[in-house]
Amino acid sequence: MDAGAAAKTGWQHDLYDLLRRHGITQFAYVPDAGHTVLIDLALADPHVRAIALTTEEEGVALLAGADLGGARGVLLMQSSGVGNCVNMLSLIKGGRFPFLTLVSMRGDFGEGNPWQFPMGQATPAVLDAMGVICVRIAQPEEVVPAAVAALTMAFKAGQAVAVLLSQQLIGAKPF
Amino acid sequence: MPTIDLTPGATAAASFTLERGEAVPALIGTHEDFLIIAGLGGTACDVGAVTGDAPHVYSLGGAMGAAAMMGLGLALARPDKRVLVVTGDGELLMNLGALATIGVIDPPNLAIVCVDNGHYGETGWQQSHTSLGVDLEQIAKGCGIKRTRTVAANDDIPGGTRLLREGNGTCFVLLRVKPTDPPPFKRNFDAALMRNRFRAILRDNDGVS
Repeated sequence: MDAGAAAKTGWQHDLYDLLRRHGITQFAYVPDAGHTVLIDLALADPHVRAIALTTEEEGVALLAGADLGGARGVLLMQSSGVGNCVNMLSLIKGGRFPFLTLVSMRGDFGEGNPWQFPMGQATPAVLDAMGVICVRIAQPEEVVPAAVAALTMAFKAGQAVAVLLSQQLIGAKPF
Repeated sequence: MPTIDLTPGATAAASFTLERGEAVPALIGTHEDFLIIAGLGGTACDVGAVTGDAPHVYSLGGAMGAAAMMGLGLALARPDKRVLVVTGDGELLMNLGALATIGVIDPPNLAIVCVDNGHYGETGWQQSHTSLGVDLEQIAKGCGIKRTRTVAANDDIPGGTRLLREGNGTCFVLLRVKPTDPPPFKRNFDAALMRNRFRAILRDNDGVS
């Protein structure tokens, strides 16, 4: 990786280290370009489980089960996947489970694919409707402080929290 | 072109003969061997009739399709315990991808029982796909779950009971039962209370937070 590429993805390494320091051991994911570095780091880490999902709602239920056993996890998904989680978030709200998801945004800022806009634009409203607190990040220097805030709200205060990684941060697909 | 016989009950009657009120307790055996996730509807009552309103059971009243994945998260969190998911055919059908996800991870301490009556009992006894030709054991097998079994007669039950307790990979038992009401049981619908007490017994037993 050249220096420019390292600078662009350096925050992802910091974010992974932070999640690990906060005791995250289950990384549930639906493959996504915006989360590639986190997914690869989790897959290579012998101390955590990286769990590939077929649909995002599986991850919501998985993390509730992890919590029953005293473990902490995170759900890595794209904004389109938020729509797949809606009813499953009943479990989080009703059971007052802590919940942390990192959402890489599409249809958000500079998107070139019109199919991504309906769910991308609806993502904050859908999460809000199901009681999930949204923390939006647009700049690399905001990543660590926002993630610390989200981890505290989720695992100390027992809230459901989504960190929205905007296309300003992760880049937009130009097609 | 293959056809599916859509006559109500066409394929159901032949193999859906066990009494669920007897077969489920017999298959589970000593319930204290497991941490249990119970699916919504009939299986929450099946499990409740065996365990009572017990702290080592988390039973769903909604979030249909969650049971198997909750079992996976719990099994990965607690490799020192055996985790049993007891869910229905309708609940499992709502999130079939979970079987693929579980097959890939294959935790050795996870056992799944699907109480298959071929119907959606809670919503008016509409036929489910399993009485119209869909075989969930074959799907589990196709998802890479290596130890699977269909229990459709009393003679099959002891083998199923043993399979749930063997430890070298996830197992899946399809328990075919008659489309009849589950045993009466007053379910606990307080999802947060069940969470707190479930975590508390693990903490109290093992000092794990």
